[in-house]
Amino acid sequence: MSTPTAVDLSVTVGGLRLRNPVMPASGTFAEGLDRVMDFNRLGAIVTKTITRELRTGNPLPRVVERPGSLINAIGIPSKGVAHFIEETLPYYAPYNTPLVVSISAPTAEGFAGLAAELSLPGVAAIEANISCPNIEEDGKAFAMRAETTEKVTRQLRDATKLPLWVKLTPNTGDMPEVARAAEAAGADAVVVANTILSMAIDLKTFKPCLGNIMGGLSGPAIKPIILRHVFQCARAIRIPVIGCGGIATSDDAVEYMLAGASAVQVGTATFVQPAAMTTIIEGLAAFCMHRDIARVAELSGGVVIEEADEPDLAWLNPPT
Amino acid sequence: MVAELAEVIANDSVNAEYRHLVVGCSEEAANGVAGQFFQLLCPQPAGEQPFLRRPMSLYGTNLAKRQVEFLYKVTGAGTRGLNTLQSGDRLDIMGPLGAGFALDGGWRNIVAVGRGAGLATLAPLAQIARRNGTGVTAVFSARRPELVVSVDLFRGHGAEVIVVTDSESTSGPSNVERILRRLISEGRCDAFFTCGSSRLVRVQQRLAREFGLPGQVAMEQQMACGLGLCFCCVRDFNVQGEIVQRRVCWDGPVFDLMEALP
Repeated sequence: MSTPTAVDLSVTVGGLRLRNPVMPASGTFAEGLDRVMDFNRLGAIVTKTITRELRTGNPLPRVVERPGSLINAIGIPSKGVAHFIEETLPYYAPYNTPLVVSISAPTAEGFAGLAAELSLPGVAAIEANISCPNIEEDGKAFAMRAETTEKVTRQLRDATKLPLWVKLTPNTGDMPEVARAAEAAGADAVVVANTILSMAIDLKTFKPCLGNIMGGLSGPAIKPIILRHVFQCARAIRIPVIGCGGIATSDDAVEYMLAGASAVQVGTATFVQPAAMTTIIEGLAAFCMHRDIARVAELSGGVVIEEADEPDLAWLNPPT
Repeated sequence: MVAELAEVIANDSVNAEYRHLVVGCSEEAANGVAGQFFQLLCPQPAGEQPFLRRPMSLYGTNLAKRQVEFLYKVTGAGTRGLNTLQSGDRLDIMGPLGAGFALDGGWRNIVAVGRGAGLATLAPLAQIARRNGTGVTAVFSARRPELVVSVDLFRGHGAEVIVVTDSESTSGPSNVERILRRLISEGRCDAFFTCGSSRLVRVQQRLAREFGLPGQVAMEQQMACGLGLCFCCVRDFNVQGEIVQRRVCWDGPVFDLMEALP
């Protein structure tokens, strides 16, 4: 019988060795959480998305809740690169947890320049948030199409030697195809996924609930949808998949790993229970101990699909 | 600081609109100060599913009994959930959060100006002021006299309370300005403390500028995380002529009166 300390929670993800598979989703983590948890317990730290330019963000209201979910349109407020280098980077320096820097830019060239500039000591990996609008493609997110994903990932790959994670959007018809493009262009891992484009309308005023009209849906309500995306992407590529979508409990994290994720990101759950990530880490250890699993990494892709009962998945991946 | 399961001690109506919630909590929670807030994970009322926590300003604390108190009006899914709580129930609370009011030892007399739910936020000031030996005059505004809360609490701590209401046509900015000018001329206003009305904030800003008085304002904004993570509760502030965005949950909710853009 294993003891809790005997469970090996470490995982290898996209060029990084992590002490456990749990990290924040970009945009849901900041210094304020040090009042709640020891950052040295996390698998990794993922920063808010940094842009080159100063951005104030979207008009208010920026969030609206729906059952089991949240719709946000924060708009990536960013204090720019200089502020990140002078303030944020030194703040995280004392922690021995890998710092993953999320970046965004309106062009492929902008992404590459930012990745090069932020390939600094203290930065463990770059997470490219390519779910944002591409001004060269009429505002369509890079990750909505395989070609634009491949182009931006290739430029990023040429710009940095750091491990490169590419964060994909579920707002596309064919995520496995986009994931394959990211892999082909040199990404070390893909994050599946970002929020689901959505909307809410106020019945008193007939106005949209968000200042930006539309926003991204997150929270437990989207978990089954993103879990399916993780399952499909993990089957389509060899590089690791980092699962992200509605994870609030260790059971959710286990489900994502069984579907094929090598690690998980926790976002919206932190807004409701700030200690969600450390609770999930403890729960993962307990789950593995209970099920006599020595290494949490063994869970990855462990979903059992019995041959006799294999469902016809062809319609999910139509031959191209 | 982490969330904790507090025990509901009481949850009673105080008037036609407001309810008073008292919970037993940790020492850290009971150490909250005036102007700080808690994030309450509200129970689900029938047919509704509030998802986020609800920010609620501190109405009172009792460190000896390890209790915190809240005053709330039932207006949405979250407060309808709070309304279902009975003594003995558990409520997930997280706090105290944010920056509260700060009393300067040099101030002999302060003026608290509030309206509506803002009166609840100002309430714990009365206790601190009394402890510091600071005199308090409160100008409380409401739609009708029977809806004013905190009056007995302030009077119990030795404060003078002036009530102005819409129904008596005394709550307009010009009348409040007359009252405040009188208090200033009588030497009873070394600083303003305010919450709950943009119009009254503007009156106080005008007077503060004219007489060189300091002031603090507790601001409201829709929140999600309450910990400075999500940037959903930002507001614009005027910092030496430059407009800057600040997070109400993290940089506030109490701000310098002159920097607020009500």
